[in-house]
Amino acid sequence: MPQPLNYLKETASQTAGPYVHIGLIPAMAGFDIFEKNFSNVLVTPNTKGERITLEGKVLDGTGTPLRDVLLEVWQANAAGRYNHPADRSAGALEQEFRGWGRAGSDFESGLVTFETIKPGAITDKAGRKCAPHINVWIVARGINIGLNTRLYFSDEEAANAADPVLNLIEQPTRRSTLIAKRSERAGKAVYSFTINLQGPEETVFFDV
Amino acid sequence: MNAQAPALRDPRLNRPEPFTPPLGDGGFFQRDRSIHPQAYAPGYKSSVLRSQRQALLSLENSVSEITGPVFGHNDLGPLDNDLIRNYAKDGDPIGERIIVHGRVLDETGRGVPNTLVEFWQANAGGRYRHKKDTYLAPIDPNFGGCGRALTDETGYYYFRTVKPGPYPWRNYVNSWRPAHIHFSVFGSGFAQRLITQMYFEGDPLIPVCPILTTIPDKDALDRLVAPLDLNASSPFDSLAYRFDIVLRGQRSTYFENRPEGN
Repeated sequence: MPQPLNYLKETASQTAGPYVHIGLIPAMAGFDIFEKNFSNVLVTPNTKGERITLEGKVLDGTGTPLRDVLLEVWQANAAGRYNHPADRSAGALEQEFRGWGRAGSDFESGLVTFETIKPGAITDKAGRKCAPHINVWIVARGINIGLNTRLYFSDEEAANAADPVLNLIEQPTRRSTLIAKRSERAGKAVYSFTINLQGPEETVFFDV
Repeated sequence: MNAQAPALRDPRLNRPEPFTPPLGDGGFFQRDRSIHPQAYAPGYKSSVLRSQRQALLSLENSVSEITGPVFGHNDLGPLDNDLIRNYAKDGDPIGERIIVHGRVLDETGRGVPNTLVEFWQANAGGRYRHKKDTYLAPIDPNFGGCGRALTDETGYYYFRTVKPGPYPWRNYVNSWRPAHIHFSVFGSGFAQRLITQMYFEGDPLIPVCPILTTIPDKDALDRLVAPLDLNASSPFDSLAYRFDIVLRGQRSTYFENRPEGN
């Protein structure tokens, strides 16, 4: 027998369940408990960058919007810098911009929204430019382990075409599942997305 | 708030050695999916229409995955880890008073310091304070059912609550959830993000739960069951349960001035 490696094993995932709001967004469960709450608004008045609304739905295999889903987003600031010590790239850090938010879907429509800024392009470890993107994590009843995906921006065609992650996706039609579409509403940019959990247009999910 | 309730105290007896965490910009260990539930687990019916048919695309960790949100004590309130007091209106909540404590570790055995742990649960009767929960057991006017804590420099966390009750749910006509507490954990990078559930030693509903049995690995399932920890109990006050949580390990940092590694 060789020596044992003695690594611990990761704790197994379990579904967030239908009442995930109690712990993570108690106001949506219908009560007020914490002095400070997390929200779907990532920006403060001082945040640099273009204000955007990110909005969309998560659909099940019948095309029905999930009305009990929770999304978290994690993103770089407008200079392409994540607010984390492991990001040692050159872009200026903004301490006030955490770059993270969470939102529950509307209990009627299933719509999920975030108020944030468009992140800058990111430089990867090999020094390649990566297209601006927002990292998304999805949990809900019936989802046994959190799903990781990304949202890219429809008006970044050249950057998207060169992006090393988008280019890992074999089928060009599947690449388009990660592109949020830009429109304007009352002078503000809105990026719309649809995340399909299964079916012919199933979104690309990552094993990160 | 009940002025008679004793304050929540740190229940640990043997404090683990502190350590200095690495700066850590290496990727995380590949996730061993054989110990996690499959997305499609038909015994848990809600998974059928919400599970994927395509393979996940494996992604070498970039800065987008090895970074993640950083939280601090400024994000929390003083009662956030005391579910007996954080929603008390005119007395203590009904139920068995318990302390839940443990460490957040990574697969190398190192504690994960300063990471946010969030938890939520039903009350002692098995009812959630949630506008979508219609189970006939009553709401407890003094119990919210959620809390959060930041791990200390060794990865240790603790909170006080009442033991949640089991409850029925619509899967089969006679499906019951074992008593459980939901946990949400961040780690240092977004790829470590994890939601799980903690169960209680000796609960006879554990082997028949359609959600718990989505886990294909017996040992992985057992690791979700918290043992009674009598040594950490508070005499004449609260029993204690111990629940350690393991997040993915991280490959060592590559420093430009030490290309041979570290």
